[in-house]
Amino acid sequence: MSRILIVAEHDGTTLNPSTAKCVTCAHSIPGADITVAVFAADATGVAAQASRLQHVTRVLKIENAANAHAVAAVLAPQVAAVAQPYSHVFGPSTTFGKDLMPRVAALLDTAQVSDVMAAESATRFRRPIYAGNAIATVEVDAEAKIVATVRTASFEAAPEGGSAKVEVASVGTSLPTHTRFVSVSAAKSDRPDLQTARRVISGGRALGSADNFKLLYSLADKLGAAVGASRAAVDAGYAPNDLQVGQTGKIIAPELYVAIGISGAIQHLTGIKDARTIVAINKDAEAPIFEIADFGLVGDLFQIVPELERLLGK
Amino acid sequence: MKRILVGIKRVVDYNVRVRVKPDGSGVVTDGVKMSINPFDEIALEEALRIKERGGAEEVVVATIGPADTQQQLRTALAMGADRALLVESATALEPLDGAKVFLKLVEREQPFLVILGKQAIDDDNNQTGQMLAALWDRPQATFASKVELADGKATVTREVDAGLETLEIDLPAVITTDLRLNEPRYVKLPEIMKAKKKPLETLALASLGIAPRQRLKPVRFEPPPQRQKGVMVKTAQELADALKKKGVVA
Repeated sequence: MSRILIVAEHDGTTLNPSTAKCVTCAHSIPGADITVAVFAADATGVAAQASRLQHVTRVLKIENAANAHAVAAVLAPQVAAVAQPYSHVFGPSTTFGKDLMPRVAALLDTAQVSDVMAAESATRFRRPIYAGNAIATVEVDAEAKIVATVRTASFEAAPEGGSAKVEVASVGTSLPTHTRFVSVSAAKSDRPDLQTARRVISGGRALGSADNFKLLYSLADKLGAAVGASRAAVDAGYAPNDLQVGQTGKIIAPELYVAIGISGAIQHLTGIKDARTIVAINKDAEAPIFEIADFGLVGDLFQIVPELERLLGK
Repeated sequence: MKRILVGIKRVVDYNVRVRVKPDGSGVVTDGVKMSINPFDEIALEEALRIKERGGAEEVVVATIGPADTQQQLRTALAMGADRALLVESATALEPLDGAKVFLKLVEREQPFLVILGKQAIDDDNNQTGQMLAALWDRPQATFASKVELADGKATVTREVDAGLETLEIDLPAVITTDLRLNEPRYVKLPEIMKAKKKPLETLALASLGIAPRQRLKPVRFEPPPQRQKGVMVKTAQELADALKKKGVVA
């Protein structure tokens, strides 16, 4: 039987949907017994949310003032200690999990499988390499503890309706003080979160300025959509880094993705190819984005986008 | 000596469209252009800028790879690294063994800072820096977009899903680079000539006491499922109608 420990991602009050996606991945392994571990200063609220996820057997609360912010160097020894009785340790392939899980794997002297997109068995996983240009299937040593990050765009969130028991766990290990959280500047927004939004309107360098990006925000608000950006647009300063979609930004799987003024470099396409419907609007008819778009429209985005806003939405 | 150790990896060039071999045994790398992993170029650039500001006295660049990897080390020396270390290995190492090799190099070179790219664009693992920091029992600041050094500490701005996070870490430490940390310099011809005279030392993997293990066995490689090219529409009105008909918008 596989005993799978999932490290919960949260902001202190709310469980990140990435955790429910890890649960779905873990549940795809036959006979999986799933535990979610919540490391926090006060884990009660987040643990209650995790306990309502279907397929979760138990939730562990590991509370410590040092866990107020997710600092990998502080969390990793605690995760490694809690992981002892488990066969697998999963975390999301978000910046939280990418930062933390390799540090856990090294402390456990085991390999990590990054960006799991499917589990073929308890020891065999599929993952993208070369910016998604190839899919590798790897077999992990069954004797070793298996550490993995889960590619969230590949899995639906586990539904609510469960009632796992919540237990308190304590960790005796001493924690380092050499790494200190200073601050996080998160853009406050009323728009849906890019990672989980059903619809995403994304802009590229062709927008030409941060000011012109307002066109996209306006259309996005009409559609209840999140706003994304290509690397070129972020590099040019038209949009903040947390909007970047692609190989080194966010990998997303919305129902509708509208790429506006984005040519479609392979590094961008790898971030969107799980989208249900892709729309491309670009003045260059030869842009590679049209090769993968369900609907393509060649033309001037500055005319098309306002027109589309008038034609669509409630 | 105040020393920065930079790790680089030889990878298939960023602009090459990678293809899976027909027999599914791997990807085609024969005759393909190889380059320094782009994130590692950013790591080297950052180290050079720190040295140029007087924050370090020496920049040592190191890699693990086949003998051909000397080419990428020469490029790194031409960019401005002072000397290079090649840990020769005919087979590719997994990140955990790569981190163990770098720990040996850290013990040997005693750097106050190790800078690595956040991920290599071939296997996209994003693990080695974090693993090295764990084995070394030192701080890590991954996905850095800004690094400031003062008084034995680094203040690092990190690109995270929520926005930008700032950490303060005690040195020595491991920093991994994100894309917007800097723009690497271009190498000029005179530097390429000068780089030929800079020291490049080759070390055998076994001499470091590392016996690599394959923990992840590749079973097969496949091309990704292709999306079908859809339809081209002519006007915003046609697009709006098509999206409504498909039911993706109201």
